[in-house]
Amino acid sequence: MSDLRELYQEVILDHNKKPRNFRRLEGANATAEGYNPLCGDQITVYLELEGDVIRSISFQGAGCAISKASASMMTTSVKGKTRAEVEALFDRVHKMLTRELDTKVNSHELGKLAVLSGVCEFPARVKCASLAWHTLNAALEAKKEPVSTE
Amino acid sequence: MKVASEVPRLDVQRLRADFPILDRKVHGKRLVYLDSAATTQKPEAVIEALSHYYRTFNANIHRGIHSLAEEATEAYEQTRRKVASFIGGVEPRSIIFTRNATEGLNLVAYAWGRHHVGSGDEILLTEMEHHSNLVPWMLLAREKGAVLKHIPITDEGELRLDCLSDLMTARTKVVSVTLVSNVLGTINPVREIADAAHRYGALMVVDGAQGVPHLPVDVRALDCDFLAFSGHKMLGPTGVGVLYGRPELLMNMEPFLGGGEMIREVRLDRATWNDIPWKFEAGTPNIADVVAFSAALDYLEAVGMDAVRAHEVELTGYGLERLLSLGWIKIYGPRDPDRRGGVLAFNDPEIHAHDLSTILDQYGIAIRAGHHCAQPLMRRLGAAATSRASFYLYNDRDDIDALVEALIAAGKYFGRNTRVHPAG
Ligand SMILES: Cc1ncc(COP(=O)(O)O)c(C=O)c1O
Repeated sequence: MSDLRELYQEVILDHNKKPRNFRRLEGANATAEGYNPLCGDQITVYLELEGDVIRSISFQGAGCAISKASASMMTTSVKGKTRAEVEALFDRVHKMLTRELDTKVNSHELGKLAVLSGVCEFPARVKCASLAWHTLNAALEAKKEPVSTE
Repeated sequence: MKVASEVPRLDVQRLRADFPILDRKVHGKRLVYLDSAATTQKPEAVIEALSHYYRTFNANIHRGIHSLAEEATEAYEQTRRKVASFIGGVEPRSIIFTRNATEGLNLVAYAWGRHHVGSGDEILLTEMEHHSNLVPWMLLAREKGAVLKHIPITDEGELRLDCLSDLMTARTKVVSVTLVSNVLGTINPVREIADAAHRYGALMVVDGAQGVPHLPVDVRALDCDFLAFSGHKMLGPTGVGVLYGRPELLMNMEPFLGGGEMIREVRLDRATWNDIPWKFEAGTPNIADVVAFSAALDYLEAVGMDAVRAHEVELTGYGLERLLSLGWIKIYGPRDPDRRGGVLAFNDPEIHAHDLSTILDQYGIAIRAGHHCAQPLMRRLGAAATSRASFYLYNDRDDIDALVEALIAAGKYFGRNTRVHPAG
């Protein structure tokens, strides 16, 4: 059961119980909705962008502990970052989840997000952990091309 | 319990020995398979029948004059006769082999629906249907401009038959209802609905995917016009479904797919159709799996569907009691095991179904988590996802005890303080 302890670490359970920035963001100028049709997880990410910088971020939605904790931790780690910095961080996170990145060596690049590394032992749950990031990406993309058909 | 004592009790230990997969370990633990509503495990006899077919008489059917082709054709058609007898002794020509229940329902919506449902006509379904009994009708309604209606459910998960008279009209062309809900477990009063449908001149279609594998089913007692089910949910191989259709209807229907086998005579610009049921079996069918499905039917007949049902009533009653005794588990569907099949959908209010399923898997326990292909029902229940444990003839009380222990352990991972209640 050591994998389970790795997966459901205190920090993750804490973020699941008390998700940070879990609200609608008044003054958001970019949002995106993410959906995992397989399991029904649903998340909305709200951004307040100033030029290239994320001034403020929040999320709402329903999902499992992994998706909620991942979203919550994401919001605390990207605030104040530029688009390019967020892209680089998502790349690191993605590599961690798919085990392309040795978290022991590279944990400094991930900071607190390294607690999610246990997810790579559970391939079926990688999507749960990456849903928030994909949604954030979509929100950033939508902002880049303001002419949306939606 | 209603079930009479003359129904023999299943010797589950002996039955379990027939299922090779039940010997395997998952994460070092005994496999506790509680996902039979998704697909059942297969007995040695079925696995052996499949391999025996390929080893000894593999050939294409209905078109060879050599011995292998004759043997394969005979085995394929023999399965058809067995299916016909399994669902109450109907005519073998009323049995069409499909890939699964989904294809059977699509066949009805397409080959019957497109010629009998028009603009403004009504299709009556229920709030508890699986996507496979919703989407084919949606496609039909969209194409024809027909109207979809749904029988609502009570909070306990039973159909509101009191609404039936308001929902049925002279425009109702077809009523399609599941015999057993794959989420709530509810056994629906199909006969009563069929009688109402027929009073209005509508067709009665039954989704038997969760019913036929678990209950003694007699098509004539249900008085339905079509009944679709899947072999893989009743010990058979994947890739074989059955559609029963009333022969008078089948004879007057246009084909579903076109190609070889379903024709009598083909000219360059026109063709005439084969007799039923072959009119609906275009191309080379899944011969091997149909032949092996025969062994699954033999197995179920030998055990006896009354005994299977009695066993599941007993297990479901035990499962309800044990899960409820935990005090924090929410269970969906009727509380009376006599009114439901061996499907228990539940939620731990503090642990999402996916987390629960990941944790249970580490204990060797296979359950299903998610929306169970019934998103409208989940919305009605106000649940984004549920966990679901489902039973079959190879499950016993030990499996439920293992589930309960693991639910307690899962709670601990999530910081719940619990005292373990003694079993039973
Ligand atoms: C009630 C019900 N109907 C239809 C189906 C579809 O079965 P299949 O996927 O074998 O076509 C299922 C399977 O999950 C079911 O539970």
